[in-house]
Amino acid sequence: MTFKEFDLETVKKLYRQLKLARVFEERVGALYTQGHIYGFCHLYIGQEAVIVGLSHNMQSQDSVITSYRDHVHMITLGVSPNAVMAELCGKAAGCSKGKGGSMHMYSKEHRFYGGNGIVGAQVPIGVGLGLSHKYKKDGGVSFTFYGDGAANQGQVYEAFNMASLWKLPVVFVLENNRYALGTSESRAAAGKNGLKNRGDPFGIETILIDGMDVFDVIVKSKKAIERVRGGEGPVILHMDTYRYRGHSISDPATYRTREEVENVKKTRDPVSRVKNELIKNFAIPETDITEIDSEVADIVNAAAEFAIKSEVPEAAALERDVAL
Amino acid sequence: MSNLSFRLAIRDAIAEEMRRDPNVFLMGEEVGQYQGAYKASQDLLKEFGDERVIDTPIVEYGFTGIGVGAAFGGLRPIVEFMTFNFAMQAIDHIVNSAAKTLYMSGGELNCPIVFRGPNGAPRNVAAQHSQCFASWYAHCPGLKVVSPYNSFEAKALLKAAIRDDNPVVFLEHEILYGKSFEMPEGAVEPIALDKAIIMRSGSDITITAFSISVEHAMQAAEILQTQYDISAEVVNLISLRPIDKNAIIESVKKTGRILNIEEGWLSCGIGSEITSVVVENAFDYLDCEPRRIATADVPMPYAKNLENLALPNVDKIVQTAKSICNL
Repeated sequence: MTFKEFDLETVKKLYRQLKLARVFEERVGALYTQGHIYGFCHLYIGQEAVIVGLSHNMQSQDSVITSYRDHVHMITLGVSPNAVMAELCGKAAGCSKGKGGSMHMYSKEHRFYGGNGIVGAQVPIGVGLGLSHKYKKDGGVSFTFYGDGAANQGQVYEAFNMASLWKLPVVFVLENNRYALGTSESRAAAGKNGLKNRGDPFGIETILIDGMDVFDVIVKSKKAIERVRGGEGPVILHMDTYRYRGHSISDPATYRTREEVENVKKTRDPVSRVKNELIKNFAIPETDITEIDSEVADIVNAAAEFAIKSEVPEAAALERDVAL
Repeated sequence: MSNLSFRLAIRDAIAEEMRRDPNVFLMGEEVGQYQGAYKASQDLLKEFGDERVIDTPIVEYGFTGIGVGAAFGGLRPIVEFMTFNFAMQAIDHIVNSAAKTLYMSGGELNCPIVFRGPNGAPRNVAAQHSQCFASWYAHCPGLKVVSPYNSFEAKALLKAAIRDDNPVVFLEHEILYGKSFEMPEGAVEPIALDKAIIMRSGSDITITAFSISVEHAMQAAEILQTQYDISAEVVNLISLRPIDKNAIIESVKKTGRILNIEEGWLSCGIGSEITSVVVENAFDYLDCEPRRIATADVPMPYAKNLENLALPNVDKIVQTAKSICNL
């Protein structure tokens, strides 16, 4: 995809967001190994361009919902990395006060509605957010993210049907990272086109996007989002992407070869791609990159330090925030 | 005093709340053009239009998730199930999406939504359409579960449920829809979702019940009084989560005996919980063991004679009450 439509400041901002996402998640993995983070934990490494790119085409009233692979969505939408890291460490200063953990993070201020640990369940909920935008006539769009595993769930098609029937402002974002835990798309999705035309029976257009190229994400989604916002009904953005790590930290990912992963890292890495653009086509000095990298490292170091030093929830929190 | 049917009490509560708050809307199968499978939404489409009275396809899992999302987005949905039997397809969204989110988010995100529809055994429709889900939902933290008996309760509780900031499971009964009950004069205001109502005061035995079982309990209490000189106190539970423990304990302190009636299955039922409440909190006041009458632990049979054997009825209540009162 061409970089020519983007000015230097925008590209630097994209690089900074992608780098922050990458370094944040790498630190999450490290803190997990050290025992500060525990339980189920799904890293977003490799897929950063999807949320970073789409966030550039969002407006302040739009809402976002995704699966359990949600940390980077939170920080990209503007939630404090400190609050996200503290949540991952099960601390009271976490965005869910330590009660949600990796899979259950929310921010009404940033219109982020989870974080959902039930595969596919976020899709009808996302359509409900779309319904609320149409009902309130606030011009908002619901960005509903789901993976290639969720894409075979029955409720996803129930949601497609109603979203299209009622012309709801929903952008379905299929983050196809190739493997539903250990099951590849071809082993799970019937039909010669796999997941590429699943919207067709419902009259929902699918747009194929290179989900590891932030420029492609921004450019190809722009008009589609405008059409959705204009009341033409939902669209599916099929993001061809890849996760570098296992499904969760406890998954050794033996279902694919090391060569396959290394090849993707070498040829399609979303962070390196933007870095290369900056160096080659914008001709910025290496020191500008180093400056951004160092700024990002400071943010992540501070988040980790904050999370580790924070207090665990007090015992009285056990029965707080539940009806009754 | 005027009479009002249970179904119109439901309809009126929805209409009045929709007039009061533009964010309240109704969605479900056949709620609009068809006026409700049980006519509990008669004339609502005409008054509020199809943006607020939304006919859905037959997709419980999907439309329940959409309802939850709309609630997250700031609206106050009323999700109607044609029956709670079909809500089993949607129970993931009721429990995992609606009930747990306030807690999982540390109080950041609440879910103001009402799940309502007929529950229990409507008679003659066999196993897949005859089940009480009270104890299923009453098991789940984050849900409020209520089940009214008469028209006043239906209207006042449904208004309270719609105004509540958390998910409420609202269990109606098909047999009650067509029944008329006296209504108080004037406007009906919301009442507490978590308070039992003493329907009849007594001194020899406490009979707890909810929904249609209150009717059976009241009829049995009358027979016990007139034919056997047994004074039964009938406690209409109203709320199954939380259970109004105080009302039950106070009643048992007075009567020394307790018998619960429900259309749910015996095992792990509401009666099991009530037995525990009484044993844990009023053991020294008991003159005999707590007793339960519930539906037999079998899928509901179709044949009328077998169905009658399976369900609680007035005679079973009278006989059990007599036996524990040593008559």
